[in-house]
Amino acid sequence: MKTPVRKILNTAESVTGGWRMLKTVASLIFRKPDDPVNIYRQMVRVGYESLPIVLLSALFTGMVLALQSGVASTRIFDQALFMGTLVSFSMVLELGPVLTAIVIAGRVGASITAEIATMKVSEQLDALYTLGTTPEKYLVIPLFISMLIMVPIATLFANITGVFGGYVIAVSRFNIPGSVYINDIITYLTNIHVLHGLIKSVFFAFIIVTVCCYKGLTASGGASGVGRSTTRAVVVSIVSILVSDYFLSTLLTSLGLI
Amino acid sequence: MIKVKGLKKKLGGRWVLDGVDLEIRDGEIFTLLGGSGEGKSVFLKNLLGIMKPDAGSINIDGQEITKLSGKDLLKVQIKVGMMFQGGALFDSLTVAENVGFGLKRLTNHSPDEIKTLVQKYLKMVRLEGVENLLPEKLSIGMKRRVALARAIATQPEYILYDEPTTGLDPITTSAVCNIFMELRDELKLTSVIVTHELETAFKVSDRISLLHNGRIRFTAPVEEFKKSTDQYVRSFIEGLTGENTAKEQDPNKR
Repeated sequence: MKTPVRKILNTAESVTGGWRMLKTVASLIFRKPDDPVNIYRQMVRVGYESLPIVLLSALFTGMVLALQSGVASTRIFDQALFMGTLVSFSMVLELGPVLTAIVIAGRVGASITAEIATMKVSEQLDALYTLGTTPEKYLVIPLFISMLIMVPIATLFANITGVFGGYVIAVSRFNIPGSVYINDIITYLTNIHVLHGLIKSVFFAFIIVTVCCYKGLTASGGASGVGRSTTRAVVVSIVSILVSDYFLSTLLTSLGLI
Repeated sequence: MIKVKGLKKKLGGRWVLDGVDLEIRDGEIFTLLGGSGEGKSVFLKNLLGIMKPDAGSINIDGQEITKLSGKDLLKVQIKVGMMFQGGALFDSLTVAENVGFGLKRLTNHSPDEIKTLVQKYLKMVRLEGVENLLPEKLSIGMKRRVALARAIATQPEYILYDEPTTGLDPITTSAVCNIFMELRDELKLTSVIVTHELETAFKVSDRISLLHNGRIRFTAPVEEFKKSTDQYVRSFIEGLTGENTAKEQDPNKR
């Protein structure tokens, strides 16, 4: 059982270690990539392979959002009002970026940590040093590039799919004409709102890749160590996404990005 | 030449290395013997620069590697190849990609030249026709030989072997030992082997050191080592359980 002091020391150690890793990443990210094919491979893994589950989650989130708001609106106003506005605002500003980030943290983040941690405990990371590269150059940089590019793209697709899910429910369940639903969206939703969500998604991608890579690089203790690191990486990523979402929303709102 | 002076490393509150002094000469096969948990692998990791010592110096070809970092350290690290105990082959890459990994990064060879070199080095370790297999399809002996091919492919000046024959059958052990000697004779590689297996040590080594309680207990050429009268050396060679007696008489004991 760890004492509170030990936990605080461990957290401080993780923060300084993570900071050191980020400094290395910053010094390498604009240099010639170690293996461009590896960046492409990671982009496929983060973006393309995650898309089905991201879109499925977004579709049903948009649908349930429309359903709940439609029912509530009908009870209060006797008709379903501004469904397009409500669904699009919710998806673009909050649910699109947060849901996509959580799904990618669970799916890709976990596999990143597990893979790097397994390489660490089986000395594959040590072997990289004798072969002209480093774990940061060979593994971390391609992951940073692919996450920072693919998470916002996946978020954009999630937004569209969620709004489409709302459209299906608005039209089929509440008999709202499709043109009204779309008009509700284009009247109120601006590019600034989309940008607001995308800025968040870039930040969430940064959180996921930083936490998951760091947890992988610092894993120890064989198979159980890999399991521990993976669980921690996913938990820390998801909690950080949810907590930072509030502060990021406050910041972006105060900057007029809404 | 590798010169190690007063090397100390503390892990988990224990001095695993407590003042190691060693000199490894060019072109020799040097073996560091020691029991399990005596810090042999820790010694290798310090030598490779992937673990920082708490005190002491490691000088490789005139360069003090404990003071190097980043690119400067990487330049020294690529002079040193290492065969890890479990092979440390990259799981997601084929045998050919593993062996060609360093060649792709450290040389200007074309893909076709790399392919030819990969075959050459696999042939050297007596493995052919496995180029397209993933490491999971290989036995531990084959994995180690692929790891050896990968390590020598970049033409390092030094090669470190971590428990290279542990867990191998006698025939594979003998084949691996022959490869070590061929590499010394043909490529003039300086080799550092850490092991607890006496048979391997006696068969391939030019000189042997025995690590005990974090320090070098005894160093000598093979024949002299075998005849040593040091009590701990005798216990180690003969597998006697008189270790406690040896420990009591250990001059380095704290």
